Amino acid sequence: MTIEEKHQVLLQINGLHKEYDGTTVLDDINLSIHKGEVVVILGPSGCGKSTLLRCMNGLEKIQGGEIVFSGKDLTDKNVDWQNTRQQIGMVFQNYDLFPHMTVMENVLLGPVKVQKRDKAESLEQAEQLLKRVGLFERKDAYPRQLSGGQKQRIAIVRALCMNPQIMLFDEVTAALDPEMVREVLDVMLGLAKQGMTMMIVTHEMGFAKAVADRIIFIDAGKICEIATPDEFFSNPTTERAKQFLNIFQY
Amino acid sequence: MLNSGINVIIEGVNMQRLLLGLAVTVRIAFISIILGSLLGILLGLIRTSKSKVITFICRVYLEVFRIIPILVWLFIVYFGVTNLLNIHLDGEIVALIIFSLWGAAEMSDIVRGALESLPKHQMESGLALGLSFWELYRYILIPQAVRRMLPGAINLSTRMVKTTSLVVMIGVIDVVKVGQQIIERSVLKTPTASFWIYGLIFVLYFIVCYPLSKWSKKLEAKWEN
Repeated sequence: MTIEEKHQVLLQINGLHKEYDGTTVLDDINLSIHKGEVVVILGPSGCGKSTLLRCMNGLEKIQGGEIVFSGKDLTDKNVDWQNTRQQIGMVFQNYDLFPHMTVMENVLLGPVKVQKRDKAESLEQAEQLLKRVGLFERKDAYPRQLSGGQKQRIAIVRALCMNPQIMLFDEVTAALDPEMVREVLDVMLGLAKQGMTMMIVTHEMGFAKAVADRIIFIDAGKICEIATPDEFFSNPTTERAKQFLNIFQY
Repeated sequence: MLNSGINVIIEGVNMQRLLLGLAVTVRIAFISIILGSLLGILLGLIRTSKSKVITFICRVYLEVFRIIPILVWLFIVYFGVTNLLNIHLDGEIVALIIFSLWGAAEMSDIVRGALESLPKHQMESGLALGLSFWELYRYILIPQAVRRMLPGAINLSTRMVKTTSLVVMIGVIDVVKVGQQIIERSVLKTPTASFWIYGLIFVLYFIVCYPLSKWSKKLEAKWEN
């Protein structure tokens, strides 16, 4: 990746406003995410960080502001969400593999049925990705036969197989047994090293510190602080961030 | 055994007549189940729509069939509507129409329930993959809903088979009516005819319905996990 590409803005959020039934959830969010950048969003529960991620691929409608992804305005009424979502991979807290499909069918659904790509080529890519997360030998298993950590790794592969330009991770380890958190975070760290652009919502502070290029701290629907992980964890500037970090210290 | 009267079952063409009557019963039930299911699946999909007007209309349709006895429906159409429009409709046709519409109403509720019971996340992760509305239904929602609705659908089918016995009331000669005719004819010679003939009809219904309910239990057990 050249320096120029690295500085290219992939996702630009301007004055985003989101409310549910008159209650403001996100207020005046301004953020730009560059190609290859890993942004970790932190904040107390209910602060709107998951909602922010969900606005990025249209799972939530926004009431104001704009989101420009790869040069396209996603607030445009005529935006082709099907096409856009193929370029924005998302992984959820509850993995949400399709229970009636095998691992391989889950992974191939996007490339083959949605993107109508060549089956053999997709299969090869899927096999490589599964090998990379160490689950190739489970390709014919059904989701119910897998552990939580395995399911979540498959969910990541399923999103990656669409060749997205950005990956959104919504508290992907929050529902996992603590013993299985590591295996999922390792996969994400590997992706970050390969230069994948990522937006990550997490409560794993150690991981946030290790993976992030920038930390975005959100409280009560507003961005309170944007900083590098070193600055944020050693020397947070806002009182809210200090309080928040204190909770994680024993 | 000679005097018990059981011979009435196999006397003359009694058995053949009963089986032909059963064929009428099964034919009405089978065609209604197929038509009702197809229409019901469509209605069930429509009922998950967000439009309040559409869901209200579908809901009224369902309730109208639930609240009004099937027998009254058969009478309204067979005697009432035909009279009003001055046309003649064959009893079996009327039965097919009513049973199909009833099946569709009940089926739509089963389909709606199954679709709504699917976790919302399934839909979202499908959307996040870029699936279109139809792809979402085709690959994700319907295959999962089918598993949840099959036991209910099979249960509905057995109810429909049983309820077809009402068609006697609009002049269709089904297995029950054939039984009555045979009993009326043989009762002087064989006073126990009603026991044997109705007993046989009992067994015949059992033979038709039991495999269905057995199948539904099997599927339920299989898909439990």
